[in-house]
Amino acid sequence: MSARDTILAKVRRSLAVSGDEAARRAAVAERLSDAKAGVIPARGQLPQDERIALFSKYAEKYGATIARVASIEDLPQEVSRYLKSSNLPASVRMGDDVLLKSAGFEREPMLTVLSGASDGTDLAGVSHARGAVAESGTLVLASGPDNPVTINFLPEHHIVAVRAEDIGASLEEAFAGIAATYGKGEMPRTVNFVTGPSRSGDIEQKIIMGAHGPRALHIVIVG
Amino acid sequence: MQITTPNFKENATRALNDAPLQKALKNVEIGFIAKRLAAVDALPEFEQLRDNARDIKNHTLAHLDLYLEEYEKKVIASGGHVHFAETAEDARAIILDICRKRNAKTVTKGKSMITEEIGLNDFFEKNGITPVETDLGEYIIQLRGETPSHIIAPAVHLNKDQVEADFRRVHTHLPADRDLTEHEALLNEARLVLRQRYFEADVGITGANFLVAETGSSVIVTNEGNGDLTQTLGKCHVVVASLEKLVPTLNDCSQILRVLARSATGQDMSVYTTFSTGPKRAEDPDGPEEYHVVLLDNGRTAMLGTEFQEMLRCIRCGACMNHCPVYHAVGGHAYGAVYPGPMGAVLTPSLSGIEVGGHLPNASTFCGRCESVCPMRIPLPKMMRHWREREFEKHLTPTAARYGLKFWAFFARRPKLYRAAVSVAMPLLSWLGGSSRRIHSLPLADGWTKHREMPAPEGKTFLQAWAEKQAREAGR
Repeated sequence: MSARDTILAKVRRSLAVSGDEAARRAAVAERLSDAKAGVIPARGQLPQDERIALFSKYAEKYGATIARVASIEDLPQEVSRYLKSSNLPASVRMGDDVLLKSAGFEREPMLTVLSGASDGTDLAGVSHARGAVAESGTLVLASGPDNPVTINFLPEHHIVAVRAEDIGASLEEAFAGIAATYGKGEMPRTVNFVTGPSRSGDIEQKIIMGAHGPRALHIVIVG
Repeated sequence: MQITTPNFKENATRALNDAPLQKALKNVEIGFIAKRLAAVDALPEFEQLRDNARDIKNHTLAHLDLYLEEYEKKVIASGGHVHFAETAEDARAIILDICRKRNAKTVTKGKSMITEEIGLNDFFEKNGITPVETDLGEYIIQLRGETPSHIIAPAVHLNKDQVEADFRRVHTHLPADRDLTEHEALLNEARLVLRQRYFEADVGITGANFLVAETGSSVIVTNEGNGDLTQTLGKCHVVVASLEKLVPTLNDCSQILRVLARSATGQDMSVYTTFSTGPKRAEDPDGPEEYHVVLLDNGRTAMLGTEFQEMLRCIRCGACMNHCPVYHAVGGHAYGAVYPGPMGAVLTPSLSGIEVGGHLPNASTFCGRCESVCPMRIPLPKMMRHWREREFEKHLTPTAARYGLKFWAFFARRPKLYRAAVSVAMPLLSWLGGSSRRIHSLPLADGWTKHREMPAPEGKTFLQAWAEKQAREAGR
């Protein structure tokens, strides 16, 4: 008997079940297909106009900085401004994201835009978050050629654009959005929920920013 | 790791006399408790979420065989591999085999208690593979040849100057006159040294906080980002997780995520909560080429259907040890096992046997704080009591304690004799307390009075005092 079958047999023996019970199978099938939401806190059910303020409050609490621009065409200028104010060279790493590409970075001639995954030498990266979670100030980033995962972790500064209308209230809303894009039960290789810049409290419980991931997280709300 | 649980008493005495350790342990007592409380107070639905989190795990455990099958199907469908391991030895062999197939020389590791449980690092070294711990706390203790003293803060037993000394000892390629006095400098140095290691690694190993049956995803919850670099930059991502990490759906996962970080570090969400599903897709510019999940039993299936099943709800947040007066006093290493604190006191005898871990459920005052903060509502004191009963039944309790209990039971079964005996004993103890009202040493109980004084009783027994109170009130 394979280890798999032995373990399943042990589970069944301990639970005193055979694994063939129709009621148990139905309970599991229903749970997986319905995927019902549980308790969603009141602050995770705010109307659209209050979400942005709550999202900003928590993102800032966890050490992110926030800027808001009227449209995606304003993003390149905001990126340049951020780099300059952080004393960084005018260079960013970015994936093939359609929204980011539509921003018109060529209108910032001093700004170098490198495309593709990060190799660890970039000081700043730009991503487009597919959503955000207001209840905890969390960004939702999905992997792919549009937004390579390495850009979320390797550059010292992570600049993330998120559209105002994509800021959801709750975690559940973020998952519903992913299911709508990729299909129910399907996920891209990596989904990163990001709440503030990287940190560690491992030495004497003192929180220090910039452990292995970005030292700074700059969120640009678009719209 | 070397299990030293049977020496708990000696370990505890050493810990109590260890001045640097006592200084470091203050950080647990002060930091974690206040942060958790603030986060919990800010979420009115917290208690409801705890109920839901408990119910989700109960449902999953009751249908564990079926959820394992569903989860396995989804992992395979997304291009990943699932390996079942009955024992720690089996898990090590499976992981070594995966590494050998890739000719791995170095393996980076995200923080994982399961790989501690199976003793993976020692095994790698014996087989010519270099394991590199990348979590700051794990990296520090790896340099020191130690094991974690806390499940989420592995180096919580250390002070800054000790870490500085280790970095100077090991990072000899860096200038000797560099300034390492600040926390920031230590963190930056570790970041610099480890950054290169991610790129060199052939395989990246992480644990999992959750496995989601609905999608076949593994989930890690971290603050540093090291786990993400480990699994993204390694060419092969190996997840090592125990069976009970399963949850049915992403929405179920959301419920438990809301109590996890708040209970652990007092954050609303940890910085990085990452869902990984299969290897990188054809069009992905980064990510691992291979994705393996090693599902470990190592004693869990034997806990199902017993009075210890509820322990399998544990999500390893560390709240029980953060609030434990025994942990505060002696730290994690005194427990001499992989998992310290109240959750360890229940889990260790289950995983290693009562002969080895039977001591630990006695390292409790039964104050109940662990249960009151456990996000999964695990009745830890009740389960420690079950272990104490089993220990007694197996005649593993020390002789003096057994006779003491028998002696007490003799009187307790004879109420008249008991009352007569205590009405003599109480004034005697009261007299022994002298003017300080403290008893400095007691015959047959010097193990207790060696470390503390016993408050002397007032002189009357409870029943006497009660009878007098009743009489007073009746006469009023």
